[in-house]
Formats: sequence, C-alpha cells, structure tokens
Amino acid sequence: MSAAASSSRGERGLLAACVFAVAAPLLVLSVLVVGVVVQAAPHLDLEFLLSGPSRFADRAGIYPAALGSLALIALTAALAVPVGVGAAIYLQEYAGRGRWARLVETNIATLAGVPSVLYGLVGLEVFVRAVGLGRSLASGALTLAMLALPIVIIAAREALRAVPHELREAGLALGATRWQMVWQVVLPVAAPGILTGIILATSRALGEAAPLLVLGAVVFVSDPPTGWSSPFTALPLQVFQWASRPQEAFAQAAAAGIVVLMVTLLMLNAAAIVLRDRARRRGA
Amino acid sequence: MSRSAPLVLALAAALSACPTRQPKPLVQIDGSSTVYPIAEAVAEEYQRAHPGARVTVAVSGTGGGLNRLCAGEVDVATASRPIEASERKACAARGVDYVELPVAYDGLVVAVHPSNTWANSITVAELRALWAPEAQERVLRWSDIRTGWPDQRLSLFGPGVGSGTYDYFTQAVVGRTRSSRSDFAASEDDNALVSGVAGDPNALGFFGYVYFESNRARLKALAVDDGDARNGVGAVAPSRESIREGRYQPLARPLFIYVSRASAERPEVGALVDFWLIQGAALAAELGEVPLPEVVSVRVADRFARRVTGSAFARPGAQVGLSVEALAEALR
Amino acid sequence: MIALRPRIERLVEAGLGASAGLSIAATALLVVTMALEVTRFFAEVTPAQVLFDTVWAPLFAAPRYGIWPLLLGTVVTTLLAVAVALPLGLLSAVFLAELASPRTRRWLKPTLEVLAGVPTIAYGFFALTIVTPALQRVLPDLPGLNTLSPGLVMGVMITPLFGSIAEDALVAVPNALREASLALGANRLRTLALVVLPAARPGLRAALALAASRAMGETMIVAIAAGPSATMTAYIAQVGLGDVPAETTAFRTLFVVGAVLFALTLTLNQLARRGR
Repeated sequence: MSAAASSSRGERGLLAACVFAVAAPLLVLSVLVVGVVVQAAPHLDLEFLLSGPSRFADRAGIYPAALGSLALIALTAALAVPVGVGAAIYLQEYAGRGRWARLVETNIATLAGVPSVLYGLVGLEVFVRAVGLGRSLASGALTLAMLALPIVIIAAREALRAVPHELREAGLALGATRWQMVWQVVLPVAAPGILTGIILATSRALGEAAPLLVLGAVVFVSDPPTGWSSPFTALPLQVFQWASRPQEAFAQAAAAGIVVLMVTLLMLNAAAIVLRDRARRRGA
Repeated sequence: MSRSAPLVLALAAALSACPTRQPKPLVQIDGSSTVYPIAEAVAEEYQRAHPGARVTVAVSGTGGGLNRLCAGEVDVATASRPIEASERKACAARGVDYVELPVAYDGLVVAVHPSNTWANSITVAELRALWAPEAQERVLRWSDIRTGWPDQRLSLFGPGVGSGTYDYFTQAVVGRTRSSRSDFAASEDDNALVSGVAGDPNALGFFGYVYFESNRARLKALAVDDGDARNGVGAVAPSRESIREGRYQPLARPLFIYVSRASAERPEVGALVDFWLIQGAALAAELGEVPLPEVVSVRVADRFARRVTGSAFARPGAQVGLSVEALAEALR
Repeated sequence: MIALRPRIERLVEAGLGASAGLSIAATALLVVTMALEVTRFFAEVTPAQVLFDTVWAPLFAAPRYGIWPLLLGTVVTTLLAVAVALPLGLLSAVFLAELASPRTRRWLKPTLEVLAGVPTIAYGFFALTIVTPALQRVLPDLPGLNTLSPGLVMGVMITPLFGSIAEDALVAVPNALREASLALGANRLRTLALVVLPAARPGLRAALALAASRAMGETMIVAIAAGPSATMTAYIAQVGLGDVPAETTAFRTLFVVGAVLFALTLTLNQLARRGR
C-alpha cells in the first residue's frame, strides 16, 4: 500500500470518527427529546397547564409551578439586571485598567465558575436564616440573582465592548458628559447585546433547580405566590418532586413538566439568538 | 435608536411589582415523609372544599417539622413518632405550646424486591442483628442474616436520620433511638426508598405502610415475627387488619400532628385541623393507612376542641408497641 | 441648573461603582459564609476525622466524617463524564475547526450548542428513566441508583462545552504552522496529529479543566439518578431537602462539603484560565 493511499485511508478514518463524534451527542439528544415527549404525551393537555399538583397523578398540573417560576425569574431579573448592567457599565466606561478594576474582573470570573448548588448554600445561610426571609419567593430570587449576576455582567460587558470607539469619542467631542455619552450613545447601540445577556441569564435561572433544592423546597404548593414572603414552587422543583415518586403516572407528569420547561427555554434561547444576530448585523 | 433595554427593565420591574394583592390566609404544614401522603390529601381536599384557602405542605422529616414548629415557622408539624424530650424542651424554651393529635395508625413495612424468593418472613432478632451498629460492615450478605439464605450481596435502604420512621424503627428493633449501622442508602424521601428497593433484587428496606400499599406491584413485604405469642403466633404480615388489630408488632405505631396553639387561634388553621380530624379517616383509609377507630377519634376531636396542650407520651419507651387501645387510654 | 450636572455625574458614577462593588460583596458572602461554618465545624470535629476516616455518616448517632466516599463518588462521575466528553468533544472540535466546510459550520455549531441548553433536570430524568434501564439490560447487577448512568449522561452534557473551547484552541493555532507542515509533505492527518494538536495543547488542557469543573459541580443529574450521598453535590442537595436543624455539626457538614467542592472547582477554573 503506497504512503499516499494509506494516509488518505487514515484521513477518511479520521473523518468518519469526527462525524460519529458529532452525530453521537445529537443522537443522544434526539433519544432524550423523543423519549421525554413520548412519555409526556398522554399527560400534556390544557388541564395540565391550568391545574395544581395532586396526589392523583392524572390530575397533577403545573400551574402554580409555572407561575412560581415566572415570578421568580421576574424578581431575579429585577434584582440582577440593574446591578449587573450597572457593574458592566462601570467596568467598561469608568473604571480603566487599575488594580480595583482587575480585582472586580477576576472576582466576576470566579463567581461565574462557582457550581450553582453552592449559591443555594449561601442563600440558605444568609437569606433564609440570617436575614430571616424563610423559604419565600424573596429568598429564592435573591439566591438566583447572585447566580445570574456574573452572567449578566459578562454578557453586558461584551455588548459594551462591541460598541465602536468612534461613537464614544464623537459623543464626548460634541460636549456630552461621560454619563450622557453612555446613556444616549453607547447604551442604545449595546442594547440588543445586553438584552441577549439578560435573556441568557434568565433562561439559566429558569432551569436551575439545585440552589432552590438546597434552600428547602416546599413540596405541595397549590397556589402561585402572592408576594415577597410567599412560599413558592418552580418548574424544575415540581418536576423533581414528581420524578421522585415511583408511580409510573407521575413519571409522565414529570416528563410533561420537562416538555413545558424545554419549550420555554427554547423560546427564550431563540429570542436571544435572533437578538444576537440583529446586533451583529447592526454592528457590521 | 433602540430603546428596548429600558423597556425590558421597566417590564421586569412592573412584573415584580405585580404580586401585591391581599395575600390569602396561609396554613403551613411540615414534617414526616410518612404522614405526607395524608397531609397532601387533606390539603388538596380541603382546598377543593374551600376554594381560596391556601395550604402548603413540606417534607423536612419528623425532626425537621417539629423543629420548625418550635421555631414558630409552621402551623402544623406532622410526625411519625411522638415528640421527644429535647423537642419538648425546645418548644418550652421558645414559649410554643402545641396540641398533640394522633391522626392515623401506620405500620412499618420491611420490604424486598418481588423477585426475592428466599425471604418471606424475618424475626425481630434477625432485624436487630441486621440493623444494629455492630452490623456495620459485618452483616453484608443475605447468608449473614439467616443460614440457608443465598450468599448474595445485601443492599440496604432506610429513611434518613431526620425521619421519625427511622427513630421509631431503631427504637423498636435495635432498642435505642437512632442507634443503627450507617452503611445503608439513606433518604428522607420514602419514594426514593421504594424506587431503590424496587430496582434492586438484593434490596431490603423499611418505610411506612402507605408507601407499600401504593406500590404493591413493585414490592414484597416480609412478615415479621416478634416471638410474642400474645400478638399471634409466628410471623405476621403487614396489612390494614393486622396493624389495626395490634398483631403486627412491634412495627405498628400511631401518626401524629402537632398544632401550634398560637396558630390554632387563626380561623384558617382551626378550620383545616377540624377538617383533618373529620375527613382524615376516610382519606387515610383511601391511602392505606389505618384510620383510628371511632372511640379514639372522638377523644382526639375533643382534645383539639379543648386545645389540650402537652404530650401524653412523656415517658421514654412509651411509644413502642402502642396498640390502638393503649393509645385511647393515653388520651383519656 | 448647570451646576447640577457634575453632581449627577458623580452620583451616577458612585452608583455604578456600587453595583460593581456588589459583585465583590457576593463573593465575600460566599467565602465568609463557608469559612464561618467550616470554622465552627472544626471546633467540634478534628481534621483527622475528616481526612482519615473512610466512612461518611455525619447524620447518625455515632457520626463519622470521613470525606473520601463522597470525594470518590464525585471523582468517579467526573472521570466518567470526561471520558465521554474528551473523545467526542475533541473530534467534534477537530471537525468544526479543520474539516468542515463553512456552510456546515454555520448550522452545525448552533445545533451543538442546543445540547448545552437542555436543562440539567431533563438530563437527570433521562438518566434515571431511559439510560439506567438500558444499562441494566447489559449489566443486570446494576442497582437502580448508580454512578454509571449519570456519569455517562453528564459526559454528553459537557461535550459541547469542551468541544467549543477546544475548537477555540484549535482555531487559535496559526495557519502558518499548518501550511508549513503541508508544504513539507505531511498530509492533513499527520499535520493535525503532529503539529496542530500539540500546538493547541495548553488550550485543550484548559478546555478539559473547565469541562471537569462543570461536571464536578453538577447537581441535578446525580441527585436524581445516583441517589443521595453518592457524590458531594448529591449530598448537599439531599440534606437541603431534609431539614437538619441549623447550628448543629451535622448541618455544618453541608458547608464543609461545599467548601471542598468550591476549592476543587476553583482550582480547575484557575488552571483553565491560565491556559487561555
């Protein structure tokens, strides 16, 4: 066998291996999705979306969990977005390269890599016990906000960085103060990118169950939360609870809950991708 | 010029400001995983009968629930054993009075996988040898429990240490509360125990009768022989009858709720507990718990009506082997 | 009116700076909380008990605090995950960076990213209800709650993360190196194996460290499919579900385990940052 022939065989082998490597996870994902959807199908109907949990699996519904998740991420966003975007603006527009700025940046990179379950520990100790908020919506939102904060900061920072320098200089040359320049020139241009970051952080908060588990999940909650101090449940928590019950019918309910969760996340991520594309085209 | 960012911020703020309607009265229940199915059923049916009522049920374990009751965090604590001395002290120290109310009778089932053909019964002595602290890393195979049983790996499952079921089992079988080996798969969640035993042919686990009843097809229960002819000769299999008649010993016990006296003053809490005491029997029966006989439930209802505080089981060891009649006596 | 401007500017800058400061406060909260509880824990328990005991049974009447079983469980699942993600992720990265046409890349890359967007609870459910029974058909002795199933599923979950960073590492290798190799007569396979991959090694190591850190910190998949006390994260989730009374040594084990987890993932993350 000539060297050329054996080497092209090697190349073909590599190609085959690569295609397999790309296809295998996608195949696994398809099995996951199909498996979950098939299991969920008998349970997925309007009644499921509108009713609350029940000891009868066929009556179990996701309504309070869905609204709980909605309230939770809305509060989380309200907490994390202003702080996160503000921090990103500070780092990008005001801080310069000094020691303080570098400390904050290292700090944010560290926070972004912390396993989510540890935020639950902090939330338990600080918000639930020390501050005394108990197992309420407020504790959950504060904990998830801590988790979402580094994501928002990093994404907002990227969006701000992408704003062309000329725009800033033009604004300042026209006599604007720094804040006027940021508010009226930089932010509007960076807005789609920042929004993408907010959506990504929100979708991350939506799917996180681990910190909420550690906070102490209340198992049977049949009403959506009504205020800061309400007990609450969330989509991934309700799914976890159903998945823990051995009856097959509850496995179907859990699968249905996962379908709702995945569809919501898919829509959020699609929105983020559309916005990201629009931002790129605008920048081009 | 895109103004979407400020809009999104405003929207998020508005959404978060939304939930400021007048909060409806809330009753918070927490405690035993064994009592949870009943608590869940009561909460669900109560809300169906009283739309607008809000009830939440958490499962922190008997110990956890009583702890939160004494801390004033919940209104009702469910328990699969009576309140202990240290917990009574904690409540007293915080000035929390409670009303102790038995709500059902329960059996502790020793379960194995359905494909387990060799074990049909087990004696209390064997259970003690199996679960005592000395068994740690020594009793590891089925043949170690009883000669004649196969030389196969033993896979143990049991409730975690916050569980009243665990407390009761160790008290009844090993002789000392919370004294046992620690090399078993522990979970606060009885559902996980059921899944564990049902998923392993070499498994043996214990949990409340309710969980056995609702998973009959996936489990096999062992008959328990306590060596006491007064309860019936030989091994007694767990069933509603054998539990109610007091023959399934020593693994039968009453289940309790502890209602904070201060919370009981709130109409929604009083209404829920009244509902539980009236409807609870039917719901418990539906789930596989043994409802309290008429004579006992009358006394329990009276106890709540008069808001009698304190525990009737102050003596240590007063809890094991409590038959329904003895329970009735204790409540008099 | 005009004199107000500088005041507003300073206020705004202070406000923004405070926001940045809050991020430091978050880290401070994390570190202080863990340090506090860990210190209190070691007032009751000696480090020797944690390091040299082989049994983890903190919640029992005669508690044992040997951390090795938990640590071992975490290491096993992490290694399993990495064993799956390394070949799959590396080959996908090679494909995307070296072999695929730009057209293929445009749809393939986002498709692979979808994998990373699946909520971990879905992966956990998948591990418990589909993967474990399938494995039990091959290994009949496999218990329903085991570490094999979640380990493999975690591998699939971290593959896009590893693949994406590995791809960055490969793309960063200067084209001149490739061209030189090809000019010297090597084919694409040899170029890849002997020139590109070695050049990308620091970046690949960083990718590995990051993927391992992610697998180590993953909670939901192991909590559902591996059972409590199988790994460090599963233990934290289990104890959080129950309610061990606060202020007790048993409760503080949560923070001890959390601190170990934090230290390990921090080390891995730092290794990853160094390589990029």
